[in-house]
Amino acid sequence: MSERTSFRMQFSTQPEIAARFEDIHPPFDSQGAATVEANRCLYCFDAPCTAACPTHIDVPKFIKKIASGNLSGSARTILDANILGASCARACPVDVLCEGSCVMHRYNKQPIQIARLQRFAVDWLHASGSPLPFEPGAETGRSVALIGAGPASLSCAAELRRRGIRAVIYDSRPLPGGLNTYGVAEYKLTLPDSLREIDLLAQLGVEFHFHQLVNSNSLAQLERSNDAIFLGLGLSGIHRLGIAGEDLAGVTNALDLIAGYKSGTITKSPARVAVIGAGNTAIDAAIASVRLGATEVHLAYRRGKESMSAFSFEYDHAKQEGVKFLWHVQPKAILGSGAVEALQLTRLIATTDGTLIDQAGSEFLLHTDLVVLAIGQGTHVSFLSHGDQSPKIQLEHGRILIDRATGQTSNPMYFAGGDCTNGGREVVDAVADGKRAAIGIAAWLEAKHEQA
Amino acid sequence: MNKPKPTLETTFAGIKCQNPFWLASAPPTNCGEQVMRAFDAGWGGAVWKTIGEPITNVSSRYSSIDWEGRRMMGLNNIELISDRPIDENLREISEVKHRYPKHVVIASLMVESKRDSWHDIVQRAEDAGADGLELNFGCPHGMSERGMGSAVGQVPEYCEQITAWVKEKARTPVIVKLTPNISDIRMPARAAKRAGADALSAINTINSITGINLDTFEPNPNVDGKSSHGGYCGPAVKPIALNMVQQVQADPAAALPLSGIGGVASWRDAVEFILLGCGTVQVCTAVMHYGYRIVEDMKDGLLTWMSEKGFSSIDDFRGLALPNVVDWKHLNLNHKIVARIHEDLCIGCQLCYTACWDGAHQCIHLDRAAPTPDTSHTPAMVEAESARRISMTPIPKLDSGAARGSSTITPLERIPRVDEGHCVGCNLCSLVCPVENCITMERVDNGMPSESWEQRTTSGNLSERTREVMNTNG
Repeated sequence: MSERTSFRMQFSTQPEIAARFEDIHPPFDSQGAATVEANRCLYCFDAPCTAACPTHIDVPKFIKKIASGNLSGSARTILDANILGASCARACPVDVLCEGSCVMHRYNKQPIQIARLQRFAVDWLHASGSPLPFEPGAETGRSVALIGAGPASLSCAAELRRRGIRAVIYDSRPLPGGLNTYGVAEYKLTLPDSLREIDLLAQLGVEFHFHQLVNSNSLAQLERSNDAIFLGLGLSGIHRLGIAGEDLAGVTNALDLIAGYKSGTITKSPARVAVIGAGNTAIDAAIASVRLGATEVHLAYRRGKESMSAFSFEYDHAKQEGVKFLWHVQPKAILGSGAVEALQLTRLIATTDGTLIDQAGSEFLLHTDLVVLAIGQGTHVSFLSHGDQSPKIQLEHGRILIDRATGQTSNPMYFAGGDCTNGGREVVDAVADGKRAAIGIAAWLEAKHEQA
Repeated sequence: MNKPKPTLETTFAGIKCQNPFWLASAPPTNCGEQVMRAFDAGWGGAVWKTIGEPITNVSSRYSSIDWEGRRMMGLNNIELISDRPIDENLREISEVKHRYPKHVVIASLMVESKRDSWHDIVQRAEDAGADGLELNFGCPHGMSERGMGSAVGQVPEYCEQITAWVKEKARTPVIVKLTPNISDIRMPARAAKRAGADALSAINTINSITGINLDTFEPNPNVDGKSSHGGYCGPAVKPIALNMVQQVQADPAAALPLSGIGGVASWRDAVEFILLGCGTVQVCTAVMHYGYRIVEDMKDGLLTWMSEKGFSSIDDFRGLALPNVVDWKHLNLNHKIVARIHEDLCIGCQLCYTACWDGAHQCIHLDRAAPTPDTSHTPAMVEAESARRISMTPIPKLDSGAARGSSTITPLERIPRVDEGHCVGCNLCSLVCPVENCITMERVDNGMPSESWEQRTTSGNLSERTREVMNTNG
C-alpha cells in the first residue's frame, strides 16, 4: 500500500469558525479530574449504559480503566466496540442513550459523565500518536466495496479489515466521514477531529476513492470485482416544499448550510434567517445561523412543540441561543424580487381527526434574508435497479430493508446500514449497523466458501 | 422532665480535662505556638511532640494512601521525635501552662534506656508544669534502631523496667503509649500495669510502606531514592486500633485508664473508642488534614449524641460496648438472618448480584421478570443475552408509541431477588449496595434456641463428621 496523505492535513478550520463554534462540552482538563469522575461510577453488572449504547461499549470497563490509569486499555475497550469512539463521545445524544440510562438517575444523583470520560480516553490515544490498537487480519483474498464514506461504511470497513477482508470505499465528496465530517454541529464535533479519527482507521488498510458517484453501471462493475457490497448511502437531499419562490437566491437547505460553514465556504450569515422544520438538523441550522452572526432566527414548524422530532435538550439549547419558535404555521410562498425578502406563512389549526387545516385569514409575512429548509430527506436508491428498472433490493417506506442482526438485504450479496436503513438516526447507530454488517458479511462469505 | 445538661468535662487518671479530645504527640503539637492555637480552637489537651535529645529529620517525611478520589485515607510518616532542644520545648510547656492553666499538657518523653536519663527528663518535664507524662514506647521507625520507641514497647521486660524507673520519680500520672507492632498488645500493657503505670494510650502507628513508584521503583516517602518503613495512621487504621483497645480493656491484668488513638476523625469515632473503655481520645491525622478547627464538631456532635441518649458524662457510656465483644465460640450459631432487597429503593446496579455470585453463596438471582424462579441462570448467561440485544437511539418521530422506560424507575428485570432459603446471612450484598437501607438483613425466626459453639461442644451435641474433624485437629 502506498504512503497515504493524512486527511486531517488536507484541511484547516477557518479561525473565525473555530472562535464562533467553541466546544459545547469541553473535555476534562486533567487526569485527576477524569479520575474523580471515573471513581463515581458504581461499576454496575450488565450495565444499563452498555445495553443502551447501540455499539454496546463496555462502559464500566473503560471507566474503571481510566480510574486505574490504564488509558490505552480504556481507549482499546471503547474502540473495540466502536471504531468511531472519538466522534461518538462528542456527537452522541447521550441524554437518551448511555447517560440517560445511568442508574444514578434513580438515586437523585447526576449521571456519570460517560461521554466526557470516553472522549478523555480516546483523545489520549490520539494525542499519544499511537496507531489504533488493532491489526488487520491475515488477508483472506476477499473484497468488499462500500458505497458512501460515512460512519456506517467506515465502521464496516474497519471491522472487515480486522478480519482480513479488503475494504474499498467510494464516496462522491472530496473527504471521508459523510455526516460525521460535514453534518455534525461544529461545537460538538469539529471537521478536523472527524478526519483525525478516520486517519487512524485508514491505517488498517481501508482504501478510499473520492469524487465517485456510483451509478448503475459502475455498480455492476463493483458486483463483478467484489465478493459483497455494503451500502452506507445515508440519506439524499432535503425535500423541497413545492411552493412559489423556492428557487430564489437566499433559499438553501440545512445540510448545505452546515457543510458550508464547517468546510469554510460560509463564514457569516445574513441578519434574518427562517428555518423550516423542527428536527435536530433544523435546530443545528438555526443555532449555526446565530453563531454565524444572524440577529433574528426563527424556526417555523407546522405542528406543535410536542410533535417536533428534535430532542428536548436540543430545543432547550436553541432557546438559550435565542432562536424563536413559530408553532402551527405553514409556509405558503417565498417572496422576493431576485432574492428572498419574506416568507409567507399561514396559521394551522388541528381538526378533530388530527389533520391540519389553514386558519382562514391568518396569513402573515415573516421578513427574512435566508430561508433554510430542514423538512426531512429521502433515500437515494435509483441506482439500485436492474436494467429493466426492477429494484435489486427490497425497500420499505423508502428505506433499504435489512436483517438487523446481519445487515443483509433481500439480495444476499448486498448488505446495508446507517441512515439509509433506519430513516435517519445517529452516528452511533450507523457505527453499530456497520459493525454488525461486517460480521454478517464475513460469516456469509465463510459459509459460501464452505459450500463451494 | 428536665434531663441534666451533658458535660464533656472528665477526669482521666486523675487529670481534669475540659473535654476528652486531645491532640496526639505528633506534628500538630510540635511547639507552644501551635498548642495554644489548638486550645483556642477548643482542644481539651495536647500531648507534646516527643521530647528527647534532639534528632535530625529527613525530607521528605510523610506519604499517604488515597482511595477512589479521597485523599489521605491512610497516612504514614518517617519523622522522628522533636528536633528542637529539650530546654526550648520545656520552656514553651511552661508558657502554655501559664497561659492555659485549665488545659491539659502531657509531656511525651523518650530518652535512652538508662535510669538516670529517665529520672532527669521526668523531673524537668514536671518542673516545667506538665500535667502528666506519656512514655513513647511506640515510635516504629528510626528511634527503634537506637534502642528506643517500639524497641522498648515490643519487649515487655524493657517496658516494665523503664516504666518502673519513671514511677520512682514521677509525681504526675504516667501514661504508657503502646505499639501495635507486636503479636499481642496485652503483654506490654500488662508489663506497664505491673510497673505501676497510671494509664495507657494506644495505638501508636503501624509499620508500613504506603506505596512504590511504578516508574522509579522507589518507595514512599522518598528520601533521595530510598525510604524506610514508616508509621501508618489515619482512617484506615481505626478498626485495628479499636480491636487493640478492646483487647487491653477486656484483660483485667492490663486494663487501665486508656487514651484511645488511631483514626479518630469525628465525634462518632470518639464514641466508639469510649464505648470500648477509653477515657479520652487522641487525634493527629485528621488535624494534619483539616486543621485544629475539626474539634468544634467533635465536641458539638458528641454533646448532641449524649443528650439524645440521655448520658450526662463520658463515664456514663464508657465501656458499654465491651460486653458485646466476645470470643467466636460464644456466638449464637442458631441466629439466622437473610437479605431483603427493597424494590422501591433498588436502582438496578446489580452489584449485590455479582458480589453474591462471585464473592459469596450464589443465592441472588435476576429472575423477577421470569415466569418462574430460575436459579440456574449464571452471570455469564445474563451478559451473553445482553450482548446479543440490538438497541437503537430512540428518535421521537421514528419511534412514536415506543414507550421508553423512565430513567427514574428501575425496570423489574433489573431488580435482583434473594433466594432466602439459600441465603446464609453473610451481609455482603448489603455492604456493596450503594443505596442506604435498600438491602436490609432481617431476622428469621427459626424457632431454635440460642446455642454457641462452646455450648454445642460441651453438650456433646455434635455430628459424627464434626467430631472427626475435631479429633484430627487434636
